[in-house]
Amino acid sequence: MSKRPFERSVRQLRFRETRHLLLTTLPGAFWIVLFLVLPSLYLVSMAFLTNGTYGQPSLPLTFDAFRQLAGFGFLGWSPGNLYTLLRSLWQTVVATALVVVIAYPIAYYITLCRQSLRPIMLLLVVVPSWTNQVIRAFGWMNLLAPDTPLSNLAQSLGLIAPHMGLFPSSFAVTLGLIYNFLPFMVLPLYAAFEKLDTTLVEAARDLYASPLKAFWVAVFPQTLPGLLAGIVLVAVPAFGMYVVPELLGGGRSLMIGNLVASQFAGGSNWPYGAAASLLMLVATLLGIFLLRRLGRRAGGGEEVVI
Amino acid sequence: MKRGITETLANESTARKASSITLEGVEKSFSREAIALDGVDLTIKAGEFFTLLGPSGCGKTTLLRILAGLDTPNAGVVSIGGVDVTAVPPHKRSVNTVFQSYALFPHLSVEDNIGFGLKMQGVDKAERTRRVREMAEFIKLSPLLSRRIHQLSGGQRQRIALARALVCEPDVLLLDEPLSALDAGLRGQLQVELQRIQRRLGMTFVFVTHDQQEAMVMSDRIAVLNDGKIQQLDTPRAVFERPANAFVARFMGHSNLLEIKRRGADRLDTAIGPLTLPADAEHMNDGDLVLIRPETIELGDDALGQPNRFDATVVESFYRGSHFEYRLQVEDVALTAFSSNQGQKLFAADDRVPISISPSDLMTVRGEGG
Repeated sequence: MSKRPFERSVRQLRFRETRHLLLTTLPGAFWIVLFLVLPSLYLVSMAFLTNGTYGQPSLPLTFDAFRQLAGFGFLGWSPGNLYTLLRSLWQTVVATALVVVIAYPIAYYITLCRQSLRPIMLLLVVVPSWTNQVIRAFGWMNLLAPDTPLSNLAQSLGLIAPHMGLFPSSFAVTLGLIYNFLPFMVLPLYAAFEKLDTTLVEAARDLYASPLKAFWVAVFPQTLPGLLAGIVLVAVPAFGMYVVPELLGGGRSLMIGNLVASQFAGGSNWPYGAAASLLMLVATLLGIFLLRRLGRRAGGGEEVVI
Repeated sequence: MKRGITETLANESTARKASSITLEGVEKSFSREAIALDGVDLTIKAGEFFTLLGPSGCGKTTLLRILAGLDTPNAGVVSIGGVDVTAVPPHKRSVNTVFQSYALFPHLSVEDNIGFGLKMQGVDKAERTRRVREMAEFIKLSPLLSRRIHQLSGGQRQRIALARALVCEPDVLLLDEPLSALDAGLRGQLQVELQRIQRRLGMTFVFVTHDQQEAMVMSDRIAVLNDGKIQQLDTPRAVFERPANAFVARFMGHSNLLEIKRRGADRLDTAIGPLTLPADAEHMNDGDLVLIRPETIELGDDALGQPNRFDATVVESFYRGSHFEYRLQVEDVALTAFSSNQGQKLFAADDRVPISISPSDLMTVRGEGG
């Protein structure tokens, strides 16, 4: 007997499987190509164009935009952009770290509340973010302006010079970032805390771990996936933040997002702006890569999904 | 300094440190309606395999958690080895628990899981490694030491949970339904193994289960719990053969309990008819029930010419290999009977069968209310 009919039916089955796979993934793939891949390619090619006389991107292809980004201008090298990049990274790290410190107890506290109270508590965390960012930034401007109670308090403690406000300053920017991104940390942490296996904590306590050690060995590793997800959700948009530094920094604590915005809007140097956003993209990807490595080590080799 | 497990085993004549446990008037409630323990007095002897047996919600797990220090009683005193530990937190008690879900740390290797308790106690690394290796050898886990928890089967996890608790050499080992997640074959094997380990180490084991077979196989003594109260505390044989009340009788697997309508000197009127009791029948109380154990009912020709003879109708019959199980009906009363398989005929539904119950197999037990 020949094997032919059997082989043919297997091939037919495979074909059907492939067709099914293509048909189901095609709409998603189309969406990604149209709104992610093509614009990204456009952005990349933009970065290699030259800025035309009237501010329009034009040929030939050069590295001018990157040279400019690295700080080489008409007047020789200036560290301005390097400072902007470092300031962005620093603001992001500080703001994210503080968000973690604030959000961790909040998320834990909400899981301790009565079941019926929890949705309300979560709502209270989320509701502020329903207001427009600009309006919230203006709110902080009023609170932190010179001769307001908070500024006067800081002044009497000797934290700021007389008749200066807490705003505008990099302090105000950090505060604005924390305020903006707190919900993005609380929610994934809450999800992690909610499904926390408390018997692991009891096992640690039973095996002679003090409350603090039990936290490190039984609670912290379990919240790690939520924590890492929160860090990505906070750090990535905070790094590219435009509104908060623009308004609360008073034009002095610019972040890389402001650099990009000014090249596309005000300065009208699109290749320069595109190069800056590519730098942002690379920095972000690098950050996520490092975070994954860190998560894998802390999770004991187990994949911590972000 | 503590001795290692193998030294203890090599030197079985020297009695290991084992602790007795005393509970006095222990009460625990989680809300006004949910009373978990309702005044429990209990003494567990040093080196004993003690089982807390009862249906879910009877308070047995709460009692175990109170011994571990994971729950605090609302009232009463808990002493371990003669020392009042009622207010001592779990990490300061020489008591370790094998959890029902095993509760192994997923981010640690098998070796680090087993060594966790020793590490927390401040045992140095060399000593810790030695004792973990020794324990792994003892419990046949050595090849798994470098594995991760998620790579292991249920039975292997169970052994690791046991090793993790045993390696600390606690005064008391608590086991919270540790075998309930395993399949029947493995469960039977581990029952025997657990019992052997307990005998060899001479450690006090407190075992929680809802499975009366498991309790009878393993324990030195059993406390049957219901509604937060101890119903009976005795050896497995006594609990099975002389249940203190109707609850214990039912829970231990005796399903035939008959109400007494009227009692005479040596006869009782019941729903299935008059029953002759043994001459030395114990003193009876109002509300007592007659207990007929399923395996004491004689069926067919064996029943002819015996006292306490009735005519029964077979409602259902089951072939169970070593024995036959019958659901019988006598005068509107349902009875369960087991007859051991000696190659005799298996009666079918609707068969009319004579049955008899020997007076010496009959006993009375206190009703649920009493």
